[in-house]
Amino acid sequence: MAVDMNMNVLIVDDYKTMLRIIRNLLRQLGFENVDEATDGTQALEKLKESGGDFGLVISDWNMEPMTGIELLRHVRADDKLKHIPFIMVTAESKSENVIAAKEAGVSNYIVKPFNADTLKSKMVSVLGDF
Amino acid sequence: MAGRKSKTATAAKPKRQAKAGGKTAAKANPARSKNDRAIDHVVAAAKSIKKSAVKAKSKQSTASQSPSMGGIHDELERLAAYIDAAKAEIAAIRPHDVKEEYLPSASDELDAIVEATADATNTIMDSCEMVEGVIGQVEAEVSNALTDATTRIYEACTFQDITGQRIGKVVKALKNIEDRIDALLQTFGDEEFKPKRNKAKATPKKTTVTDEDLLEGPQLGDKAKSQAEIDDLLASFD
Repeated sequence: MAVDMNMNVLIVDDYKTMLRIIRNLLRQLGFENVDEATDGTQALEKLKESGGDFGLVISDWNMEPMTGIELLRHVRADDKLKHIPFIMVTAESKSENVIAAKEAGVSNYIVKPFNADTLKSKMVSVLGDF
Repeated sequence: MAGRKSKTATAAKPKRQAKAGGKTAAKANPARSKNDRAIDHVVAAAKSIKKSAVKAKSKQSTASQSPSMGGIHDELERLAAYIDAAKAEIAAIRPHDVKEEYLPSASDELDAIVEATADATNTIMDSCEMVEGVIGQVEAEVSNALTDATTRIYEACTFQDITGQRIGKVVKALKNIEDRIDALLQTFGDEEFKPKRNKAKATPKKTTVTDEDLLEGPQLGDKAKSQAEIDDLLASFD
C-alpha cells in the first residue's frame, strides 16, 4: 500500500531547534503536514484531540514532564491511538533503553545525531516505501 | 518539685530497660524486635564503660586509668584531631567561594554556550530555508545539488541538541557538587567556613593589571560590552 504523503506527522522534542531540523528534513522527504509538541503531555493532547488522525509520531525520549517512553505507553494503551507508528529519536543509546522502548511498543529507534538517510530508511521500514 | 520528680521517673525508665536487656531477657521475650535487642546491647556496653569509668576514678590517686578508658580516650583524641584536620582542609578550599562564585559562574558560562550554539544553529537554518525558498527557480541539476547541501546542513545542525544535552549533564553535576558543599557546611557549621574579612589585613587593591589578569575569555550577558560601548571607550582616548 502506498504511503499517504499527506498524512499528519507529529514530531515531539523539547529542543525547538531539533523540531525545526526534523520538520525541514520531513519536508525534503515530501511530508508537509507536520505538527509539533514540546513534551509528551502536549503530544498526547494533540493525538487525543485528533482522534488518532496521525500517520506517524516521531518523538524524543528525554523530555519533561512526560518523557517519550511514557508517551509511547499512553499511545499503545489507547484504543484510538495504538495503531499509530511511533519512532523514537533520542541520544539515549544504551541497550536497556532500546529494550524498554521495544517492550513499550516502539516501531523503530533512531539514535541522535542522525542523518536524513537514516530517518528515511526507518520511516520506510515502518510505513513502507515512499 | 514536680519537675524533679518527673526527671527521676524518666531516669528510672532506661535503667529498667537496661536491666532487662541481657540475653536472658531477650530469650524470655521472643516477641522483642531485633532493634530492641540491639539497643539492649548498646545499653549493656554503655554500662560496661560506666563501670570502667567508675573504677578509673577510684584509682585516680595512683594516676593510672583503666586500659579500656585510656583506649577510648586515645580514640576520641584521634577522632577529634581527624575532624580538625578535615575542617582545616575544607576551610582551605574556601567552600563559600566555590559555592557562591565559581559554581554559579561555571553554570552561567555553560548556559551561555547552549544559548550561543542555539542562536547560531537557528541562523544557519534561516539561511538554509532561504536557499530552499528559491530552489524551485533554478534548473533541476542545481536544485538537486542545493537540496543535498541543505540536507547535509540540517543533519549537521543536530549537534546543537547533543551539545545541549551534554552540557545539561555537566550543569546537573555542578548542582550536585553545590548540594554536597551545602551539606558539608551544615554538618560542620556554616559560620566556621565563612570568609573572614579582616579590614586591617585586607590585601591592598592592585594598581597594576598584568597580562594574565586580562585573560578572562568572552564575557557573559550584561557583563559583556557591546561594540558601541567599545567604540565609545576608544573614542574617549581621542
